Amino acid sequence: MKRYLQDVAVLAKKDLVLELRARDTVPAMLLFVVAALVTFHFALPARSSDLAAKGLLWIALIFTALLGLSRAFAAERDQRLIDGLLLAPCDRSAIWLAKGIATLGFLTVAELVALPAYSIFFSGIDGATIAGVVLVDLGICAVGTLLAAMASVSRARELLLPLLFLPLAIPLVVGGVGASVASGTGRYLGFLALYDALFAILSWASFEYVVAE
Amino acid sequence: MWLRNNQVAVLAGLTVVLMAAALALIFFWVPNDADQGFSQRIFYFHVPIALTAYVCFGWGALKAFFHLWKRSPGADLESYVAIHQGVIFGALTLITGSLWAKVSWGVWWTWSEKQLVLFLVLFLFYAAYFMLRFSVEPGPARANLSAVYALFGVVLIPVSFLAIRLGERYIHPVVFSSRGPQLADSMLLTFFVAWAALLALAGTLYRLELLGKRLDAELRELKEALA
Repeated sequence: MKRYLQDVAVLAKKDLVLELRARDTVPAMLLFVVAALVTFHFALPARSSDLAAKGLLWIALIFTALLGLSRAFAAERDQRLIDGLLLAPCDRSAIWLAKGIATLGFLTVAELVALPAYSIFFSGIDGATIAGVVLVDLGICAVGTLLAAMASVSRARELLLPLLFLPLAIPLVVGGVGASVASGTGRYLGFLALYDALFAILSWASFEYVVAE
Repeated sequence: MWLRNNQVAVLAGLTVVLMAAALALIFFWVPNDADQGFSQRIFYFHVPIALTAYVCFGWGALKAFFHLWKRSPGADLESYVAIHQGVIFGALTLITGSLWAKVSWGVWWTWSEKQLVLFLVLFLFYAAYFMLRFSVEPGPARANLSAVYALFGVVLIPVSFLAIRLGERYIHPVVFSSRGPQLADSMLLTFFVAWAALLALAGTLYRLELLGKRLDAELRELKEALA
């Protein structure tokens, strides 16, 4: 168990170091999410309710995550890093967990900018929304990392990821929007936690089959 | 022995008989629905088609699971064919549901019909299954990816159902309260005959497509051996 966690820590650190050196994913996500929020301001008719803007916030977050996920396995694929990772004497699922943690880190940085920007541009954000964002992030990273690995194997690559990811993200949007606009937040947060647990277990167990022949 | 060798023919015959019985029951025997009149009869096809689609998706996931767990040869192809059938029945569910909605509520689409929305989500999900499958070279990697994605599908079905039920509370106020499953005996019988007919149809199509795909593979191998 301790060994497993060490492997995960080393692998996650590798991704963070790569990002710190190359800086190609996080700045793109930051710029994208702010640009998306500004676009949404013009997409919303004047005097439309705050509720509509809340809905669009979730769209912005999902697509920002998608942007980050489409780059998640870029180095593994382009520089054949994946061959080295598969040869390493560690459990394959550790690769998934480490990549998920790194993606979660990038997404969190993007949201640390996006949520304040949202509250300045549109309306304030309450605790329930933040709790929803945290749970949705976990779900996005659990499912998205596995799907990104799948897409990176295919010929279509970046083109394929949104097609695979969006149907699976619909329950996340339902839960997230529910947590931020509806009364009875607890039910939606509970649903998101259930989603996270189910898909994290499934992704953890099946990642090996995605990367190994 | 004869039965074993002619499974597809037997299934096809059974399908024809059941389908004829179902159509006869639907159009000539079962009484009109008190509430919706004649148009309610599409129910006997719409709901069984939807249930059959679920069966196909479940069967596909089961085969996918066997592929990953036991490496059963051929399980990948069976899983793919089952999901292919599921998508066809899913599309039919959307079409028949849309027709029914138009006749009884006057709109082609309503977001407050939970099952229909669920099918739209599933349809999108399984359409992406084909995109995934056909953008990877045939081989063990493709079989694994398809199997993992198929397993995600069966988890997504209940999760989406839950999400849509939760979601409609804020997306829509309750417009149609549940009608309740109280059906007259004659309606229930017609329903089950229609469902059996559609399951037999799905089974026939499944076996037929599998047969074709296997023949195709054998032919290719023979050609390669001769070349």
